[in-house]
Amino acid sequence: MTVGAPTPTAPAVAAKPAGKVNRLGLEQTAYKGAESTLCAGCGHDAITASIIKSLYEYGIEPYRVAKLSGIGCSSKTTAYFLGQSHGFNSVHGRMAAIAMGVNSANRNLVNIGVSGDGDTASIGLGNFLHMVRRNVPMVYIVENNGCYGLTKGQFSATADKGSVQKGGGVNEMPPIDICAMAVQMGCGYVARSFAGDPKQVVSLLKGAVAYNGTAVIDIVSPCVTFNNHEGSTKSQTYARANEDPLHELGFVPFFEQVTVEYDPGTTKLVTLQDGSKITLKKLERDYDPTNRSQVMDLLHQANKEQLFLTGLLYTGDAGKPLDEQLNLIDEPLATLPASRIRPPPEALAKVMETFK
Amino acid sequence: MSLEVARDGAGNIVPNAAPQAVNDVVISVATSNGTGSQSANLILMRSIFNMGIPTGAKNMFPSNIQGLPTWFTVRANHSGWTARKKHADVVVCMNVESVEDDVANMRPGDTLIINKSLYGKVKRTDLLVHVVPFDELVVPVCPDTRLRKMVVNILYVGVLAHLLNIDLEELKKAIARQFGSKVKAAELNTKAALHGYEWAKANIPAHPKLKLQRMDKTAGKIVIEGNQAAGLGLVFGGLTFLAWYPITPSSSLCENAIDYLEEFRKDPDGKATYAVIQAEDEIASIGAVVGAGWAGARSATATAGPGISLMSEFAGLSYFAEIPAVILDVQRMGPSTGLPTRTCQGDIFKAYHLSHGDCKHPLLLPGSPQECFEFAAESLNLAERLQTLVFVMLDLDLGMNNWMSEPFAPITKAIDRGKVLSSEDLKKLGEFARYKDVDGDGICYRTLPGTDNPLGTYFTRGTGHTEKATYSEKPKDWKGNIDRLARKFDTARTLMPKPVLKTMPGAEVGIIAFGSTDMALEEARVRLRDELGLPTNYLRLRALPIGAETREFIAQHKVIYVVEQNRDAQCASILRLDCPEAATKLQSVLHYDGMPIDAQSIIDGITAAQKAAKERS
Ligand SMILES: Cc1ncc(C[n+]2csc(CCOP(=O)(O)OP(=O)(O)O)c2C)c(N)n1
Ligand code: SF4
Ligand SMILES: [Mg+2]
Repeated sequence: MTVGAPTPTAPAVAAKPAGKVNRLGLEQTAYKGAESTLCAGCGHDAITASIIKSLYEYGIEPYRVAKLSGIGCSSKTTAYFLGQSHGFNSVHGRMAAIAMGVNSANRNLVNIGVSGDGDTASIGLGNFLHMVRRNVPMVYIVENNGCYGLTKGQFSATADKGSVQKGGGVNEMPPIDICAMAVQMGCGYVARSFAGDPKQVVSLLKGAVAYNGTAVIDIVSPCVTFNNHEGSTKSQTYARANEDPLHELGFVPFFEQVTVEYDPGTTKLVTLQDGSKITLKKLERDYDPTNRSQVMDLLHQANKEQLFLTGLLYTGDAGKPLDEQLNLIDEPLATLPASRIRPPPEALAKVMETFK
Repeated sequence: MSLEVARDGAGNIVPNAAPQAVNDVVISVATSNGTGSQSANLILMRSIFNMGIPTGAKNMFPSNIQGLPTWFTVRANHSGWTARKKHADVVVCMNVESVEDDVANMRPGDTLIINKSLYGKVKRTDLLVHVVPFDELVVPVCPDTRLRKMVVNILYVGVLAHLLNIDLEELKKAIARQFGSKVKAAELNTKAALHGYEWAKANIPAHPKLKLQRMDKTAGKIVIEGNQAAGLGLVFGGLTFLAWYPITPSSSLCENAIDYLEEFRKDPDGKATYAVIQAEDEIASIGAVVGAGWAGARSATATAGPGISLMSEFAGLSYFAEIPAVILDVQRMGPSTGLPTRTCQGDIFKAYHLSHGDCKHPLLLPGSPQECFEFAAESLNLAERLQTLVFVMLDLDLGMNNWMSEPFAPITKAIDRGKVLSSEDLKKLGEFARYKDVDGDGICYRTLPGTDNPLGTYFTRGTGHTEKATYSEKPKDWKGNIDRLARKFDTARTLMPKPVLKTMPGAEVGIIAFGSTDMALEEARVRLRDELGLPTNYLRLRALPIGAETREFIAQHKVIYVVEQNRDAQCASILRLDCPEAATKLQSVLHYDGMPIDAQSIIDGITAAQKAAKERS
């Protein structure tokens, strides 16, 4: 999603901000939403906080954002950030379908979508894959807790093999790896993170906003009520102990200069369509997220050894985003005047001749 | 069969046909699917239409690409009755698979044109039979052996031209029209048609009773399929978003819309003022339509029964969250594959109440291609005006068959975007509550995402909400909201197209029908009056929910026959819900064998009901 320079319209809020403001003159509070109703300590709330921070720091006019979600505890969270943006908490598993329509109707909107692992990898898997395949411009966040939080803790399709349910049941099936699926479908921005690593989440989110196309971020987000026990591979303790970052991530927005000197031997810079840059500082692994075959190998290994690798897994060219494939006019279809959407009477007369 | 074949003094069969048999004939052609007979059949129809004779055609095709039997019937009728007739006067048999049944179904005295290779299958002696060596005739006109399977079809058109006196000049014109820029194909077909004609002239007599003769009843008229008309209606109605998943019989509606969008809705630089997505399933199509409608596009999808089932949850979301959307349902028979290439009006009840928890959706019921055009356009206005899902209910007969029509007049009604507040409106108003009934008509004001004014922001959800669109599970909020939705539905009653009323002097009996039944019904009424002395008043529903006019019609009549093409009297059930006091007055005449309804079935249904009523009293 390329956001680019702010539009000339004056920011909608707070004429004289008292506190710290972003490049639009907005305080971080302008990016907040309603009070969360999730369980105290839920990983989803941590992600909400990171979304607020990243959109504030990047500096997006809230009115240009459309918040989209499916159904689940995770999907509820679109109400908890950007109270000054339109939001649509839609149907279980169908955020992807909604997004296709929203992008077509108004290509100027910045679509921020929040889904769950059940929403995306179970009921919505088909629509999700097709959306990625179409490269619908949006930030697609999966708040992945390995279970259905809202229906009280049943396994979801991302639960790891051998993972234990609160009641004691063991999952015998292999997990569906949302990131591997996304890469397979040609996604040009695929990341995995952990709700408890806000620094990384924020950088990845900003990168996703700067990226024009479908950006998928699968964030492990512990369900403290139903999937936070011993034996769960999506618990806080497990995730914290096992998170294995591929690199140290940073983000330099297009409106800032790269000031720090980066050692090309240890740090890689990835430039996104709007000119923003993601910085990837090497840790133990020598990993290049722009190499598509490397990511498949890596995910294969991670799956086999149950590694919790986080960071930018892959970024690359995914072809034209949906609105460009559709060859849409610049202005939103949503607000075209009648004269642009009804052909003249002569056109009808011409068609009628063909049926005579 | 009780009918005895009539023979003249010399013992020859007297062919069936009313004594006055000029310009009143039904021709049925039985071929095999995928042999290219469709063009020959359309040429046959066109030739007769071009002679100024009202003509309609029905294509009874199988769910198959190649090999299964298919029938095409053309009805030419001087009075303009072009609905289906159960029996054909002239049957052309070209298909070995169906020949035995085709011949068995004929009435004594009917005329059979049969390919020589099939003649061995004919056991009947009470038909007027012409054996034509089609396979031999095609050889000299079509040296290319691969093309013969197709070219053989135009030969029977030539034979029919002689038999029924079809104007050869019109035939040639129809061939040229059909093949357009493919000049070679046109030449080949013209040659073959004339060859068939000459052979027939030399070998068989003209039909002794049935005859086509030039008249002037089709001048300026068009022949069009309902799906073409509806596709066009969407484009001229200002559609901006279309999502679809292919399914017979609705695919051609979308494909037509796409063709016209490409032709008329591109800027000079090639950029589109519309978006079309062929989705991965019907859930995605309706999801995208609802997403686009929410974001402000005029959006629609078209599908048939199985697709409607998949769209159920989103239909409810559109209703509860009040998001404009349009579904054009081209109805076909049954679940799963059912009879995908047969017609019915079997989705009426389901569409009206689609989804869960007190859902009701407005239905537009076009009865002609003209109305397919108008209602497809109007559905987009109504969806935005009412901020809800609107259905347009076509069926396979209306959607995929050829209907004669006046050319469509340009739509004069302005495009209606409904109650949408802009950033400036919000500034003036100083307040906004998404689900507040400001005007008392149950329709609230909405804003579109991207509106540059924080006052207009709101959160859309299917769950309970307050007037300000905040989350609520309070009984008062829930009940208040769905009571308002009921009021909105009452407003819809006043905005839907009014029914069309047709009366006859002295009529006491009422009839209610809708959709593709109309043509057969008008014919049935004339015959009921002229042949059985039963004048009727006819109210043609053009939409649900009903308004005051329909209530009044029901109140004014002691007995009302509700004629529809389904087993369970779906429309009558809805009428009974709206007019419980009239429940027993509404009697059903039903037709549901997969074939388009015909006048005789309606007459039989009404006379049987009348007889039963007499016996009861
Ligand atoms: C069609 C449909 N089926 C089932 C449900 C019930 N349901 C609500 S949320 C949910 C699972 C949500 O899981 P997930 O997407 O992982 O979100 P989480 O609550 O874990 O954040 C289910 C099955 C529903 N709302 N709709
Ligand atoms: S049930 Fe789990 S996922 Fe849902 S709010 Fe509570 S902790 Fe979060
Ligand atoms: Mg979950």
